[in-house]
Amino acid sequence: MSNTTQLLRFITAGSVDDGKSTLIGRLLHDSKSIFEDQFSAISITSERRGMAAVDLSLLTDGLQAEREQGITIDVAYRYFATPKRKFIIGDTPGHEQYTRNMVTAASTANLVVILVDARKGVLVQTRRHTYLASLVGIPHIVLAVNKMDMVDYSEARYSEICAEYLAFAAQLGLTDITCIPLSALVGDMIVDRGANMDWYQGTTLMNLLENIVIDYDVNTTDFRYPVQWVCRPQTEEYHDFRGFMGRIEAGAIAVGDEITVLPSGRTSKVKEIVTYDGKLQRAYAPQSVTLTLEDEIDISRGDMFVSSNALPKVAKEFAAMLCWLSETPLDKNRKYLVKHTTRTAKCLFSNIDYRVDVNTLEQHSTATLNMNDIARVAMKVQQPLVFDSYTTDRATGSFIVIDEATNNTVAAGMIA
Amino acid sequence: MSETKNIMKLVEKEIMSTHTISHLDVLESESIHIMREVAAECKNPALLFSGGKDSIVMLRLAEKAFRPAKFPFPLVHIDTEHNFPEVITCRDKLAADLGERLIVRSLEDSIKRGTVVIKDESKPRNPYQSVTLLETIAEFGFDACMGGARRDEEKARAKERIFSFRDEFGQWDPKNQRPELWDIYNTRVHPGENIRVFPISNWTEMDIWEYIGREKLHIPEIYFAHERELIRRGNSVIPVSHLVQPKPGEKVEVLLVRFRTVGDMTCTAPVESTARTVDEIIKETSTTRITERGATRMDDQTSDASMELRKKEGYF
Repeated sequence: MSNTTQLLRFITAGSVDDGKSTLIGRLLHDSKSIFEDQFSAISITSERRGMAAVDLSLLTDGLQAEREQGITIDVAYRYFATPKRKFIIGDTPGHEQYTRNMVTAASTANLVVILVDARKGVLVQTRRHTYLASLVGIPHIVLAVNKMDMVDYSEARYSEICAEYLAFAAQLGLTDITCIPLSALVGDMIVDRGANMDWYQGTTLMNLLENIVIDYDVNTTDFRYPVQWVCRPQTEEYHDFRGFMGRIEAGAIAVGDEITVLPSGRTSKVKEIVTYDGKLQRAYAPQSVTLTLEDEIDISRGDMFVSSNALPKVAKEFAAMLCWLSETPLDKNRKYLVKHTTRTAKCLFSNIDYRVDVNTLEQHSTATLNMNDIARVAMKVQQPLVFDSYTTDRATGSFIVIDEATNNTVAAGMIA
Repeated sequence: MSETKNIMKLVEKEIMSTHTISHLDVLESESIHIMREVAAECKNPALLFSGGKDSIVMLRLAEKAFRPAKFPFPLVHIDTEHNFPEVITCRDKLAADLGERLIVRSLEDSIKRGTVVIKDESKPRNPYQSVTLLETIAEFGFDACMGGARRDEEKARAKERIFSFRDEFGQWDPKNQRPELWDIYNTRVHPGENIRVFPISNWTEMDIWEYIGREKLHIPEIYFAHERELIRRGNSVIPVSHLVQPKPGEKVEVLLVRFRTVGDMTCTAPVESTARTVDEIIKETSTTRITERGATRMDDQTSDASMELRKKEGYF
């Protein structure tokens, strides 16, 4: 039944030289997702560089600049499929200055594979990536202890690293963690178990990826529907048609259900659920649909339909965790734009409560924020936002901050 | 009363938990969401439409996003005049059937203006397409152009954002892309700049074929196995056309082939195939050992960074 093949989005994170690219190359290679022309291209390059074996990490090196410097610049997305699932991998760089890319890739991921080098153990970067994964709310974490071949496949070394990591993760309140010892270079415990770690009884990485339960990271009870676009065909056939187009971000909706339009607070009932493929009686997240209502209410883009018995917050002031992404530091005297669901409004930062040291998780006071800083802030917006806390609903609890002067995306925020 | 309510809640939960959504439904909904964001936030968007399979999927997604209304943007084709005639026929028929506005701008116009100088007529025209595209963007003042590129197609594409910002020279700076988080898209540009938007970024070649099958989309016949006259050059076979004729000593062969991509006739090679239906193509696609572009695009093989360089110059 190819029609019900599910989609799993995951990311890989680790320090420089932990073997992320090799791991991805190995997943693609061992799941037979590498094509002959790709393989012959990297074989030629490996030979030209005087390598003994084919360097699988070359598969994910995208740009000329990266090949020259032998590094990974930006998030690259990879696609592969097994008979069970389709996968989208976000390959994130390990360089400290590119943390914003890790946050970017993490924001849509269901699972993160955090790599550590068995020789080096848990590093500052490992802690940083784990903290970011918890901040961005990735549901499942895999600690991949790589390069086991370099430590003689030592169970003791593996256990030591796992214990240290789990202790750190516990501080963050993370519970859904699976540790796997592996060698991306040799191929142990990726798709095949290999013959080197009989002492390990747990799952291989591929087996886990294929079978882990995918929750679509949506709150399934409270209906949330930000209006994207108002459809008024004004043709003869659809003279009075007024459809509210959007994507169901959470929950479900049925014809006849009562909804509340926020921020106005007016209520109405769903008259029709219109799609290109016909009218529906019921629709679920994350479907994109068009809704018509029983009553004529003034509604425009930026408004949100919600279930009347589970209202989100509507406010002009709120607290949020912020990840600063721009090279230009935060200027508290300036106004910025916040884009939250389908609403964009002017905002300002009334206070920086504290900055988090991602290595120690200590909180420090600070007057500004620099690139890669993570902080708790108090924000004011010009128009009220309709939101849930990020931990309740990723879609209605997240926002980006835009600098109006440059139009750059300067921060990512998660409402507390 | 509260008992009934509790039971109702349980039933509700049961319904929710048994509702699984397929990967195609997830991808489709994501693409619709992207197109609606473009319509709502960009002042003057356009949808780049070539008549190839990916852009035909884009049209269906646009129908799903905006019907029962018309598209809130025109369709735009940059015609190299090196296209397969079957594709152009399909392009015109689809636009007419949908009743949507189609703008065609030709590379020939740029040649007449002197902004494109062609040295060799038999060589691919893809590198010059960027010039005509940028001229068309300037002519109509488009601030956003949606294209049917996919990240699985090529290495440089794999690194591109869904909303890909271009400066006033139409250039892409891979080292300085806007962070793109969740599905909150930053669509803001200054006058003269624009955004390229790729609603099917996350689709693979296989997803496209499965969707064409599911939606029963009409695509140009040359995607299906047919007999064609070909010339072998190096590792590739090139279709014989008014642009490509056999050189002395070259033999014309007739093979049963289909095209996996349909681009410039002088550099798009078919693959040998017996697949005459979408189902048979899906079967072939699932067992093929060669990438889509590797098999069919000679211009991408000139150098490891061909696409990266073209994109930096404004190619979509």
